[in-house]
Amino acid sequence: MSWRESTFMLPGLIAALSLVGLFAALLGDGWWDVIAWFGLGLPAVLGAWPLLRRQTATPAATGEPRIR
Amino acid sequence: MRTTTIRRWSFVHTWTSLICTLFLLMLAITGLPLIFHHELEHLLGEAPELREMPANTPHLDLQQLVSAAERHRPDEVVQYFGWEADEPNGVVAITAATAGTEPNSSYTFMLDARTGEAVEMPAANGGLMMFFLRMHVDMFAGLPGKLFLAFMGIMFTVAIISGVVLYAPFMRRLEFAQVRHDRSSRTRWLDLHNLIGVVTLSWALVVGITGVVSACADLLIEAWRAESLATMLEPYQDAPPLTTRAPASDLLKIATQAAPGMQPDFIAFPGTRFSSEHHYSVFMNGSSHLTSHLYTPVLIDAQTLEVTAVGGRPWYMDALGLSQPLHFGDYGGRPMQILWAILDVLTIIVLGSGLYLWWVRRRGTQTVAREAVA
Repeated sequence: MSWRESTFMLPGLIAALSLVGLFAALLGDGWWDVIAWFGLGLPAVLGAWPLLRRQTATPAATGEPRIR
Repeated sequence: MRTTTIRRWSFVHTWTSLICTLFLLMLAITGLPLIFHHELEHLLGEAPELREMPANTPHLDLQQLVSAAERHRPDEVVQYFGWEADEPNGVVAITAATAGTEPNSSYTFMLDARTGEAVEMPAANGGLMMFFLRMHVDMFAGLPGKLFLAFMGIMFTVAIISGVVLYAPFMRRLEFAQVRHDRSSRTRWLDLHNLIGVVTLSWALVVGITGVVSACADLLIEAWRAESLATMLEPYQDAPPLTTRAPASDLLKIATQAAPGMQPDFIAFPGTRFSSEHHYSVFMNGSSHLTSHLYTPVLIDAQTLEVTAVGGRPWYMDALGLSQPLHFGDYGGRPMQILWAILDVLTIIVLGSGLYLWWVRRRGTQTVAREAVA
């Protein structure tokens, strides 16, 4: 099973990194802030990307759901 | 997952979402300008501007500032003095008709700590930003409004959790982040709803839960008054009412000695809800990054200026303290504010698309039902 097919692997990882980001900036400035920007930047980019991309369907994104 | 299980979770997701969506949309929209309230207040000219003076101009004594505040608002009493990190020469003064007056009827302004000059803070007393804030906090309905929004926050949390459960059956045959752009609008928005919803999961849960905690602030403060404050005040049970008050001049020095290594954040004057009838309470913040959000009260007898007690920090007050930054997103610089705004807009899209998906499906079932009847 590829890493994109597992239902909760990537969402779980993103959720965990977001949490690390949310709490990192509470602990300090400087690098702690950078960790926070990375952790929260991930969901922001992943969430905004498909909205901005719109109809330019690549072969990978079209296609019927694969039957396993 | 069994079909009946899916149907049950789907029912929970649909109804908890429907109940809270309208109010969550209002909260997300009013919350957006509030993320940048500091910047917007400067832009609107509603932020206090202190005059230029040579650096290191000495500050007035606190009692002189109390007198200056009383001169500025002659028929009122000082409730609180507070300090802001980005205006070291200013003291935020909150006054009201009586010490016990509720916060929304108080008046807020800034005192120049070097001259005692009063500088208006229009944004703290009215105007557009205050409108957004009141809508966001209690919809102008006081405690019932806050508790109502807290309930909406709980519905939002349940909707998120049930959404995650439903994510599994919906994504069974799809790859992560796969959006079927070429299919019907409904399918496309279902994929977007699932994708955006699941990536913003942690942020939405944290902001939702800290919002619920903040909405319950009044109850937590009451619990603190009943527990911590009441124990500290036992010796004062039969004390006669305060007639003369010692000057406030040395309060900060006394408090810093009682709680070494901490910074004063605000002073609650006698009779306010953060103090007692017989005390000045100086609320101190810790000096580490994390503890700077937590409060330790130092109760100072308003007649003798002796320290009655240094308060403990009950867990629920710490939770309230930490909920503030985690809800506002003001603790990681400008980039974090921008990310907060993007995530807020993404949440608006998840809410809107959820409403759309429910509407289309509902219309679909009705059409099917009508055709069946015909």
